[in-house]
Amino acid sequence: MNKGTRGYSRRRVSPIYRSWGDFIFSTILLMLGASIIFLAIAMAWVLWREGSPSIRRHGFFGFLMGSTWDPVGGVHGARPFITGTLITSFSSLLIAFIPAVSAAVISAEYAPSWLARIIDTLIDLLAAIPSVVIGIWGIFVFAPFMRDRIYLPLSFWAADHAPRLLPALGNPVSYNLTTAVIVLSFMIIPYITALTRDAIHLVPKDQREAAWALGATRWEVIRLAVLPYARGGIAAGAVLSLARAVGETMAVAMLIGNANNLPFRLFQPATTMPAVIVNEFREAVEQMHYASLMAVGLYLFIIAFIVNLAAASIQKRLSVGGRML
Amino acid sequence: MHYAQTEVYAEDPKEQVLHLERKEDDSAGEESASAADRILRMETQNLSVYYQEVRGVDRVDMPVYADRVTALIGPSGCGKTTFLRSLNRMHDLTKGARVTGKALLDGKDIYAPGQDPILVRRKIGMVFQKPNPFPTMSIYDNVSSGLRLAGIRKRSILDEAVEYSLTHAALWNEVKDRLKSHAFSLSGGQQQRLCIARALAVEPEVILMDEPTSSLDPKGTASIEELITMLKEEVTIIMVTHNMHQAMRISDYTAFFYLGSLIEFGRTKQIFTHPREEKTEEYVGGQFG
Repeated sequence: MNKGTRGYSRRRVSPIYRSWGDFIFSTILLMLGASIIFLAIAMAWVLWREGSPSIRRHGFFGFLMGSTWDPVGGVHGARPFITGTLITSFSSLLIAFIPAVSAAVISAEYAPSWLARIIDTLIDLLAAIPSVVIGIWGIFVFAPFMRDRIYLPLSFWAADHAPRLLPALGNPVSYNLTTAVIVLSFMIIPYITALTRDAIHLVPKDQREAAWALGATRWEVIRLAVLPYARGGIAAGAVLSLARAVGETMAVAMLIGNANNLPFRLFQPATTMPAVIVNEFREAVEQMHYASLMAVGLYLFIIAFIVNLAAASIQKRLSVGGRML
Repeated sequence: MHYAQTEVYAEDPKEQVLHLERKEDDSAGEESASAADRILRMETQNLSVYYQEVRGVDRVDMPVYADRVTALIGPSGCGKTTFLRSLNRMHDLTKGARVTGKALLDGKDIYAPGQDPILVRRKIGMVFQKPNPFPTMSIYDNVSSGLRLAGIRKRSILDEAVEYSLTHAALWNEVKDRLKSHAFSLSGGQQQRLCIARALAVEPEVILMDEPTSSLDPKGTASIEELITMLKEEVTIIMVTHNMHQAMRISDYTAFFYLGSLIEFGRTKQIFTHPREEKTEEYVGGQFG
């Protein structure tokens, strides 16, 4: 019998501690938690207040659909930016998804533990590279490489053999839609991989054993038991990566060429919502120009919010025990 | 071990079956030793399982009679589950696990070089402690998953096999109108019967069951026990149980494991009424466990 602790453990709990402790603790937590929610709401409200002159002039959907962006003439339409954002983010997700999930499956299922550790570290490292560093690598290394090895040869070939393709390709330059999409897909791969890997690690052992016991081979176990069980987490990872691609600013602004010439062509410059904000905020001295940039910010905020909600709902519906089951 | 062995092979080499003469020394009167009782489905010879260098199962020689229920009993950590999982090479998947000795299925060692563990597991199915249907699949897809793995795509064959397996798992009448609904919509006992149907669909020679009722309520447990006694008409069952009453109720043979060794093997009635070993008597008498 341990005799030393009884005197302490039987000490009277002070009434103030007992009755106020919970109250104080929960109040502090509530205030800290509420301040974050308040901050988000305040930000949305400021974006609305500052952007509303432009939205009022062009109309909520007029601003959305207008394709002229003329700060001098005071006409603002955000369609090129919104189209550019949607095209770049969805295409980069399309490109990144399968390689990213493959890397996660290799790391979680196939690789011996030492190799899995190396893969995981490299993937995490990729996620940690600042986007401006990726941007400068894109400017000096990737974009020239792509122009010399892909864009120019492909354009010449198309000019000779398939002239019908030329309008879709456009005049090849280094900084264009394709460069931005490919670099963006490099940037979201680590997110999809990490979230997929976590989802795979959460698949219970008995699910795998159920497949093994039916005489499944290793990849059949993955197909039959692992991926279906993990699909909620994988889908949520993809959508969250989409949100990141939507909001990615620096690398895209550096590589996309920044031209709002709809329709976009594969090898010609384009632009996105974050790119136009970062490129023009210094010059926005006109009241209407400033308001329009704020409005673009508001629409971006709304899109990011919707994407995150979609991620939550997809995860809920697809994951095991969710509504789809 | 209290059985003397004379190996007799059937004439058809595909139907090689070991026959075993048991010395019926003390309970001969109760047993109507029909010929079927002597057909060996499986047999282990000097089977040991190691985790790293620790021996979890120690040189077990045990017969498994065809179309009978064999229960493995013993206190926790005695190696009964480890032994069970060595019978369909599930230990191949456990890092650091190693098996020595032989486990014969119809006279052929499943650990022999050239034996494909994938095929071994199709012949020797398994049912686990917790029901583990594939949650994203329908009832139909769960039952047919083993057949589809084997490459069978023809709808008529799958339909027939699903109905056959669900009927034999005593689940058909409950689910025949909702084969397309999800497996998780079933109760625990139904899910476990679904897992049994999934194992039955590939027509295994043997089904291993690892405490198949331990996560079920009394109603689910009763349904599984009833099912097991029905199933032994057509498939050999080896079952780990921590519940001695369950072993008494539904098994024909009982093996008592202690500290990784097989202490005693015999007819269930004999093990529980006239155990030969002192340790068995203490365990079934409730003196430890």
